[in-house]
Amino acid sequence: MSNQTEPAVNVGNAATNAAELAVKCSGVAKGYGVDDSKIMALRGVDLEVNKGELFMLVGPSGCGKTTLISVIAGILDQDAGSCRVYEHDLLHMAGHEKVRYRARNIGFVFQAYNLLPALTAAENAAMPLIINGVKRKEAVKRASEILAEVGIGDRTNALPAQLSGGQQQRVAIARALVHNPRLIVCDEPTSALDHETGARVMELLKRVALDHQRTLVIVTHDARIFSFADRIARMDDGRIEQVVNSPAQLEH
Amino acid sequence: MYYTALKMLTGDRSKYIGIVMGLTFASFIMTQQPAIFVGIMARTFSFITDLSQPDIWVMDPKVQFIDDTKPIQDTELYRVRGVEGVEWAVPLYKGLLKARLENGNFQTCNVIGLDDATLIGGPAVMIAGKLEDLRRSDSVIVDLDGAASKLAKRLPGGKVIPLKVGDTLELNDKRATVVGIARTSRTFQSQPVIYTTYSRATSFAPRERKLLSFILVKAKEGADRQELTKRITKITGLTAYTSDEFKSVTIGYYLKYTGIPINFGMSVLLGFIIGAATAGQTFYNFTLDNLRQFGVLKAMGTTNGQLLKMILLQALMVGSVGYGLGVGAASLFGYLLRDSVLAFKFPWQLLVLSGTGVTVICIFSALISIRKVMKLEPAIVFKG
Ligand SMILES: Nc1ncnc2c1ncn2[C@@H]1O[C@H](COP(=O)(O)OP(=O)(O)OP(=O)(O)O)[C@@H](O)[C@H]1O
Ligand SMILES: [Mg+2]
Repeated sequence: MSNQTEPAVNVGNAATNAAELAVKCSGVAKGYGVDDSKIMALRGVDLEVNKGELFMLVGPSGCGKTTLISVIAGILDQDAGSCRVYEHDLLHMAGHEKVRYRARNIGFVFQAYNLLPALTAAENAAMPLIINGVKRKEAVKRASEILAEVGIGDRTNALPAQLSGGQQQRVAIARALVHNPRLIVCDEPTSALDHETGARVMELLKRVALDHQRTLVIVTHDARIFSFADRIARMDDGRIEQVVNSPAQLEH
Repeated sequence: MYYTALKMLTGDRSKYIGIVMGLTFASFIMTQQPAIFVGIMARTFSFITDLSQPDIWVMDPKVQFIDDTKPIQDTELYRVRGVEGVEWAVPLYKGLLKARLENGNFQTCNVIGLDDATLIGGPAVMIAGKLEDLRRSDSVIVDLDGAASKLAKRLPGGKVIPLKVGDTLELNDKRATVVGIARTSRTFQSQPVIYTTYSRATSFAPRERKLLSFILVKAKEGADRQELTKRITKITGLTAYTSDEFKSVTIGYYLKYTGIPINFGMSVLLGFIIGAATAGQTFYNFTLDNLRQFGVLKAMGTTNGQLLKMILLQALMVGSVGYGLGVGAASLFGYLLRDSVLAFKFPWQLLVLSGTGVTVICIFSALISIRKVMKLEPAIVFKG
């Protein structure tokens, strides 16, 4: 399976057929600030993620992981380079098209959960459907079904403050899934959780979220969850340094 | 989305209450202060309002408002009676005279002298005695408030005994006997009101060549009042106003020559500014505190248009609740103090005024918040 012996940056078994790719980035660059104070967060990222793959992005703090998934998720515009997600060409997308693209295609899971504190678990999980124009009642009903699937069907009416961290992250996962997006991006989904809870959340993500139609890109520091990945890309200083099939192959 | 917006708003109880209180305060001030103002303004002409029988008031051309009496000659009455279209015309004396109380103190009173024959212009509500009792010698009718306060007897112990039927006073050294107590609308003047006949009033008053204050005129059925006032002026050289005209002239005088409108205008403006500042500030703070939530919604694909509507709805919500409470509090204020000396009148136009004020405040608050949320980068959601 592994082609780690190849010298190219992009190792691992990325599909050669473009139709099999969920994400394809070439030469993506992104800087913050202007002129002298400009920080280059991405310095030409080439990345291919297969459909139906659980793909991890790892690397030291500040290397640009969050910036990269923000570009892929369409919440940040790159300065240069091209980026395709399924059939969507992010480079040539107008602002309002990106909003629509996010609403339809992307599920988000954050380190800080980011649930709306005034809404119940079911209402939170229903949010993406409501944003996509589904009636509230219908949306909450569907969200409750997903909450049952992620194992907190009995807490649909609880407010986030009444839930544990692990439970809140399950609500967030339900929210990322409810509108059946084709790409879910997760930034440090387990870092706020203890190891065991984190491992359960990852199991859940892999079992419920992943299928051949849906791709997961997960940014993490947490080496203990590396084993859940199909492939891992190691970033450093705004570039992808290495893509591997198993954690043992990582150079650092 | 609207449900979410309202939940976000009311979810944070203390902040929600803070915003609503700011708007309640603003609505209250913007309703209550003008209501007092309107009440005071209505008092300036309440004497004209109370005198409902005549259609037209005839007076010296230099008169600027109801309490500004400039006597004319008695003979003018007959000239006015002769004008075509006049059904009847009666004299009215209105003047300030000093009354000597039983304890020797003096009190300035507003003396009204009514036509001896008809007693037209008398008080509408008699608490004790009858208007016809004025036909008895030396008789006067005193208003309830005056009888109970300024004209009341004060015993050494501090006890106050209201003036009552049968008591006497001296007006310019002439004896007057109280034969009745009447309820009158409060006027802008705080002096007690004393009603008597025209001839007796002029006998109380210091001897002067002219004593007639106003001629009250009833127009003939079908006669055009405007035309009639013009005709009276043309024939007599006196000024003639319809009752409504005289009210506006009176109110116009107070608006122009007193500081009252400015003072109230300042309170209203202050209420508006303080309300706008507090509500705007708290609402903006609320948005800032929820910026991350707006960021999450934005990242998940909520359009700016939807966010704008959400914030407008939130502003509308706090605005209407604050407005309701403020106007309610102002009405309650007026209701509780309905029997006091406080002037308070609450015409519907005031609801429009304060409603407009609150709407402006809410739109202003919403706009600064909307600006912030529109410019918000959804990428903040990944920041710890
Ligand atoms: N909004 C911003 N303004 C300025 N610089 C930024 C901003 N966001 C990120 N950066 C900089 O860009 C670089 C990459 O940041 P990024 O958040 O993508 O790193 P990361 O790999 O996610 O780090 P971490 O593991 O700490 O989350 C860093 O040097 C960071 O300081
Ligand atoms: Mg990061």
